Amino acid sequence: MSTLMSIALILIGLLGAGWLLRFVGQRLTGNKPFFRDMALGVAFGYVFGALVLVWLVWAYIQSHSADATTANNFFFLGKAVEGFAIFAVAAFIFRLLGRHIGPDASRKIFRSMPLTASFGVLVILIYAFVAIFAAWLAPYGQEEVLSSANIVPGGNPAIGGNPDFPLGTDQIGRDIMSRLIFGAQNTVGIAFATTCLAFFIGGTLGFLAATLQGWLDQLLSRGVDVLMAIPSLIFALLLMTIASAWAGSEKGLLTYYMILIIAVIDSTRVFRLARAVGLNIVVMDYIEAAKLRGEGLGYLIFREILPNAYAPLLAEFGLRFCFVFLTIASLSFLGVGIQPPTADWGTMVRDLAQFINFAGFAPQVASAPLLAAGAIALLTVAVNFVVDWMLHKSSGLKE
Amino acid sequence: MVETLLKVRGLKIEGRSDETWSPIVNGIDLDLCKGEVLGLIGESGAGKSTVGLASMGFTRDGCRISAGSVEFDGIDLVQAAASTKRDLLGRRIAYVAQSAAASFNPAHRLIDQHTEAPVQHGVMSRSDSEADGVELYRKLRLPNPEEIGFRYPHQVSGGQLQRAMTAMAMSCRPDMIIFDEPTTALDVTTQIEVLASIRKIVEEFDTAAIYITHDLAVVAQMADKIKVLLKGDEVEEAETREMLAHPKEDYTKSLWAVRSFKRPQKPAVQSTSVPVVSVQNVTAAYGKVPVLHDVSFDMHAGRTVAVVGESGSGKSTTARCITGLLPPVQGQIELDGIPLPADYRKRDKSQLRQVQMIYQMADTALNPRKTIGELIGRPVQFYMGLTGSDRRRRVEQLLEEIELEPSQYFNRLPSELSGGQKQRIGIARALAAEPKFIICDEVTSALDQLVAEGILKLLARLQDELNLTYMFITHDLATVRSIADEVVVMKEGRVVEQGLKEDMFRPPHHPYTDLLLSSVPEMDPDWLTNLLNERGVDNIGDAAIDKMENESPV
Repeated sequence: MSTLMSIALILIGLLGAGWLLRFVGQRLTGNKPFFRDMALGVAFGYVFGALVLVWLVWAYIQSHSADATTANNFFFLGKAVEGFAIFAVAAFIFRLLGRHIGPDASRKIFRSMPLTASFGVLVILIYAFVAIFAAWLAPYGQEEVLSSANIVPGGNPAIGGNPDFPLGTDQIGRDIMSRLIFGAQNTVGIAFATTCLAFFIGGTLGFLAATLQGWLDQLLSRGVDVLMAIPSLIFALLLMTIASAWAGSEKGLLTYYMILIIAVIDSTRVFRLARAVGLNIVVMDYIEAAKLRGEGLGYLIFREILPNAYAPLLAEFGLRFCFVFLTIASLSFLGVGIQPPTADWGTMVRDLAQFINFAGFAPQVASAPLLAAGAIALLTVAVNFVVDWMLHKSSGLKE
Repeated sequence: MVETLLKVRGLKIEGRSDETWSPIVNGIDLDLCKGEVLGLIGESGAGKSTVGLASMGFTRDGCRISAGSVEFDGIDLVQAAASTKRDLLGRRIAYVAQSAAASFNPAHRLIDQHTEAPVQHGVMSRSDSEADGVELYRKLRLPNPEEIGFRYPHQVSGGQLQRAMTAMAMSCRPDMIIFDEPTTALDVTTQIEVLASIRKIVEEFDTAAIYITHDLAVVAQMADKIKVLLKGDEVEEAETREMLAHPKEDYTKSLWAVRSFKRPQKPAVQSTSVPVVSVQNVTAAYGKVPVLHDVSFDMHAGRTVAVVGESGSGKSTTARCITGLLPPVQGQIELDGIPLPADYRKRDKSQLRQVQMIYQMADTALNPRKTIGELIGRPVQFYMGLTGSDRRRRVEQLLEEIELEPSQYFNRLPSELSGGQKQRIGIARALAAEPKFIICDEVTSALDQLVAEGILKLLARLQDELNLTYMFITHDLATVRSIADEVVVMKEGRVVEQGLKEDMFRPPHHPYTDLLLSSVPEMDPDWLTNLLNERGVDNIGDAAIDKMENESPV
């Protein structure tokens, strides 16, 4: 009860501070519109935000004050703040470079780009680079079992790390950094292929349904409804179990089955979007004009409808990519996705998951499974930032 | 000395586009006394609505008032605190938007929305305000004033909704109302009743008003004085009668002269000649809902047939039957005396080529992702088989035909053109097929009057040069007067009257034609007063249609 009371008192105190802020602001600025028209809730928000900021700075200092060998309550928070700052600065520099280097077209794009989008683009470029040149970048092979298992990341001998393995190794002694780099190639590459396939299937059928309508639309739409009625992860698990029985000992074949299964399941969502967007476009007068001209189906879909549907489809592509990516990671985590010893981020999280328990007394060790999870999270966030930006641009919104 | 209510001085407004601020309104002065009605007119983009909103101290998103003052009853709304403005808006200043259908909340009853402002501002109690609402509805001659408030917005007609909106603006008895094109979206017969009721209520409560419109004849009925705007600048301001009789500036004169374009009447056709397109006993339905009943008329080579009627009268449905988008239930369409297949999918390429269409909204009729060259080039390639430089040459020829400089427009996108230019591209696309017959579906109704006149002149010239036949669908009788050779009047899916234009504009008429003709506002400022005196306040709009139907069933 006393905790509740103190929280309530703090909130009331903040409210009072907000009122004071507004009052002082009004007096000092001679009643400028900014303070004059400020609602009390807004003033409260400013005070609350400032308080959180102060606490963050304090906590960050705490994360550094203690000795590295002892457990630190603010270890993860410190790393998060550092990561945030590094990426913000990197994104800013990246945007600055983009604005002054390169052809006019790309400079123009960078000029209108918000910081979040430039962060997203930067991260995606880094991932693409790492995925393409994985074989040259990785210090060790992804399946190479090295003699000494050492699960402490950081490479600091004082706390038991090994400088040869900057991010440590997993329990059976494979270098985590190499596996993360190869994981980019496997997980991201497969996710990209799957998303493309899902868009090809769903987009084509969706536009076809929107243009022809009638019984074909009914057939496809009801079929999609049936597929969507089954929870997608459970459905994928079920189909993967069947597929692994078919694939038998051929583990490589299972990856192709997985691509196909996830693509079909995800194409239902693409179908719905393509159909809805298509339906909005086919009622336009220019489609009627093309029909009355006697144009064929192919021309209608690919020359009249598709160019007008790029924006929502592209935005959906980004989102869908994240979902596919997470589905693959989930399936791998559950053991039916990408098969070991091929490196994959989902599998890596599963393999190292039990080290999370060390968070209380050895935060460095607990961060081992979080490296792969962080890689997944970072890409997801980056893609979403870029998608948001593209949506904003294509919707023609100002400010 | 009459007290000045609103005093705008040196008002400048800027809009944000591509990260820079560009001026929309450059220094407007405006004075409005109590009980006075000021008409603001100008083409689209002149800044009428922006000025109207700014007189409430409000700007749209992405706009800002960069200089000047808006003084309402001694309070500068530009500098005023948000709370001060909140107190004024709705209570002392009200706003009536162009589209009442889009401005009412579809989830609430009319009376609930009516009482919101008075209750919120503490002017009246809820029950007083409801009673007052009924009284206002009665004054505005809404049918069943006691019950209409309990309907939802979709349950009343467009004209009634616009009057309910006026009643809502009146609910707090404001000192000033801004009317932003309140009748633009309405049919002529409905427009009258809204105009009459707005004028009545403004006079009765001695409310000041700013009336924004692009229709000169309308503003002549409503306003005490008129201010003409052009691209954010004031052209001139004068008393209504003075302005109508002696416009000073050239621009104002050109606005006044717009309706002068008129083509001479062509003689009646010989009964032996075969019509280009003949609509024969066409009955059509959407699903089970019948929309056309036994419609027949002929269109002869080199002539313009205007199809006139209110919205819902079946004009556009007739066009859909001719193009084959809606196969008729009964009857047929003949092209040069040969029956056309009912469904456009069954027509061959040459049949499709002969019948072309120009749409009302050029925005939706041109694919926004294609350049002008592609838009016009496609039918050239599709029908004529021209490719490469032949195709390009033909497109350039067509662009010259519609009076646009080819080198300048060939690679542009539709979004880079003005409304009138877009409509010209629509014409060029129809011409590219080298058709005999073109359906023009309300081609000028979305355009400013000067621009519309240019389009009409272009169409007339092309008809003379290429011996084209036009079916001209419109609800605007001024357009009919200027371009038509023959007129077909439609009402509720039936042809009410048809004949030569000269005959149509001369009595005796069918009573419906008479009603339509007499409902078109004229430039004479006494027109509405005279009409009301002549017909009586109970005999306009819906009421007049009902009365006519009772007297002489169609």
